[in-house]
Amino acid sequence: MSVITCSDLSLGYDGKVVVEHLDFRVDAGDYLCIVGENGSGKSTLMKTLLKLKSPLSGQITMGEGLRQTEIGYLPQQTVVQKDFPASVEEVVLSGCLNRMGLFPFYRKKERDLARTNMQKMGVEHLAKHCYRELSGGQQQRVLLARALCATRKLLLLDEPVAGLDPKVTAEMYELIYRLNREDKITVIMISHDIAAAVRYASHILHIGHTPLFFGPTREYCQSAIGKAFAAAEEVAL
Amino acid sequence: MNAIFEKLAMYFQFPFVQYALIVGILIAFCSSLLGTTLVLKRFSFIGDGLSHVAFGAMSVAAVVGLTNDMWLVLPVTILCAVLLLCSGQKAKIKGDAAVAMISVGALALGYLVTNLFSTSANISSDVCTTLFGTTSILTLTKLEVWLCAILSVAVVAVFVLFYNKIFAVTFDENFAQSAGTRVNLYNLIMAIVIAVVIVLAMNLVGSLLISALIIFPSLSAMRVFKSFRSVILCSAITSVLCAALGILISIVAGTPVGSTIVAVDIAVFLLYTLAGWILRRAKH
Repeated sequence: MSVITCSDLSLGYDGKVVVEHLDFRVDAGDYLCIVGENGSGKSTLMKTLLKLKSPLSGQITMGEGLRQTEIGYLPQQTVVQKDFPASVEEVVLSGCLNRMGLFPFYRKKERDLARTNMQKMGVEHLAKHCYRELSGGQQQRVLLARALCATRKLLLLDEPVAGLDPKVTAEMYELIYRLNREDKITVIMISHDIAAAVRYASHILHIGHTPLFFGPTREYCQSAIGKAFAAAEEVAL
Repeated sequence: MNAIFEKLAMYFQFPFVQYALIVGILIAFCSSLLGTTLVLKRFSFIGDGLSHVAFGAMSVAAVVGLTNDMWLVLPVTILCAVLLLCSGQKAKIKGDAAVAMISVGALALGYLVTNLFSTSANISSDVCTTLFGTTSILTLTKLEVWLCAILSVAVVAVFVLFYNKIFAVTFDENFAQSAGTRVNLYNLIMAIVIAVVIVLAMNLVGSLLISALIIFPSLSAMRVFKSFRSVILCSAITSVLCAALGILISIVAGTPVGSTIVAVDIAVFLLYTLAGWILRRAKH
């Protein structure tokens, strides 16, 4: 039942190794949180899983009949998007592109899919609004709706709550948790927020140049590294 | 007022005036379609940069003594466009710096080559013509008009067929690529189309104007409209109207065609900015 299996993966760029000896597997229905300090290779790992980068060595295997193009990705926001004139509907529809092949225009089934996912994320009433004028939380919901158009099985989220206020952050986590529990979508999320990771995730992968921990959340909380990391977070708070 | 119309009617009996109007409108239309993506990708200066590259290549072609300089100019410009647009995030020298470097470099080398090996007696006038296209739009042949028409149809066809993909790639390259869109292919197609439009347009209207035609209509449309589709439509219509109006004014007033069109574009930009401001005010 494994969706993604990584074996002895080494990642990096320009010949410089960032993470090595990564071994982990994600099963269908899992909620995996990838944690670690800045520069520990979290984003590089995610880009590799998406095949935006190729690994230095090692292997990634996709299971469960999952095709590379069926991953729903929620990237971090880019500078370009801050003044991009686009309606919410246009953004969400662009998530349907991977199911259209060479056909150049959106058909009714793509429009229906976009509408369903906008409803699910509670942004349907904003369909005609301009994306750049929405609040941070609304923008993330729109991008999540777009990711859902691209997948039914696996979501990859890159710091989905970055820059959001506490209330909206909590709503966002609940939303992702519901997608995982109710819609049975496998979730892989990069996070800085160790408290939330421990609360929602079923598995934790902690990396810092080498994998420091991989396993179920319960065991992570008992481990030395989990305790140390949680303690450091509390001090910082 | 009647006198103006009579003057226009008189001028429109000449084929070269008709040609100028047709070609001006077609180029304005094509470049405004490309403009929105370029502005959003932070490549506003690419029109300027590539036309300088074309100028450099033209100088070399003239010195080497090629009878038809297109065979050198087009490949060189396409190559530079591909280098600039397709290297993307991997490039060591990024966006504006890369464009500036190629633009200034090509302009300087082109002018240097012209000076060193020139066969013409009046260099500064040649250079001026290349940059501002002062007379070339009024000396078009029928063949050039047809060439321009065919090219415009091709540009519009590519744009319409790939519209949704172009949107996805411009808005979020990483997401598009992760969902299996062939980002590099679409960047390559765009780069080639842009280079072709710029080279042809530059022969016809000069390199100064082509840059303005790419950026002004999109920037104007973005002041008022808020979805990608409406911005594209508005900038295409605005661009065509401004070009037509500019050409008509330049005929009546006897001003240089290129700079008159740019002046109209600037005026329209100010109007749209004001309209956008009023609309935002009215909303609150």
